[in-house]
Amino acid sequence: MAVRVQQEDFDLGAELLALRQGNPKIGAIASFVGLVRDVNEGDAVAGMSLEHYPGMTEKALERIVEQAKTRWAIFDALVIHRVGDLKPTDQIVLVAVTGAHRGEAFAACEYIMDYLKTQAPFWKREQTPEGARWVDARESDEQAAGRWHKP
Amino acid sequence: MITLLYFARLREALGVSSEQIDQPADVRHVAGLTAWLRQRGGAWERELAEGRAFRVAVNQDMADGTTVIGDGDEIAIFPPVTGG
Repeated sequence: MAVRVQQEDFDLGAELLALRQGNPKIGAIASFVGLVRDVNEGDAVAGMSLEHYPGMTEKALERIVEQAKTRWAIFDALVIHRVGDLKPTDQIVLVAVTGAHRGEAFAACEYIMDYLKTQAPFWKREQTPEGARWVDARESDEQAAGRWHKP
Repeated sequence: MITLLYFARLREALGVSSEQIDQPADVRHVAGLTAWLRQRGGAWERELAEGRAFRVAVNQDMADGTTVIGDGDEIAIFPPVTGG
């Protein structure tokens, strides 16, 4: 398992290759890449900066991955989250999961992403024509994470 | 001593990113600490008011009002997270 918080961009192909290399039991890799958009809440976004809580961020992400591994029969997971200044079209986040079959890999990837959005201490500040503003948390993100709760 | 950390919009609104305080004698839980901080008035009273959306982590784990705090703890207060 690997969790990385970094300013630098990442190479999706190279990361996926490294994740699956040397394990012929892997039959599926599910991956998600989040990107910076040029619009939010109807306003143009020229760029954003991402703040985080060093130490807790890594700990929270590792815990989310551990929970995913307990829940699904997956082999491994990789989470990379960028911090610092980003502009539209930049990659922000990568979640990749390896498994024997696609079902577990898809589900675990979505689970990790949903909990990352509500549990990992990152905050976005975006630049709009009206000035910089902190992005508000969305109720829909809480609901997305909530649907994984076992009945 | 306990270490208090503030992040993102709350760090700006409160005008401080970190501080060290002696644990107030009657403060044993997170809810007691936020009530104690509200007594500072101004932005503290406003931002940490009941019903305002903020989160607290104790020693880098998400906490709630009932989480026990003690000497040497690192307690972070921040807005709901918006990564991803």
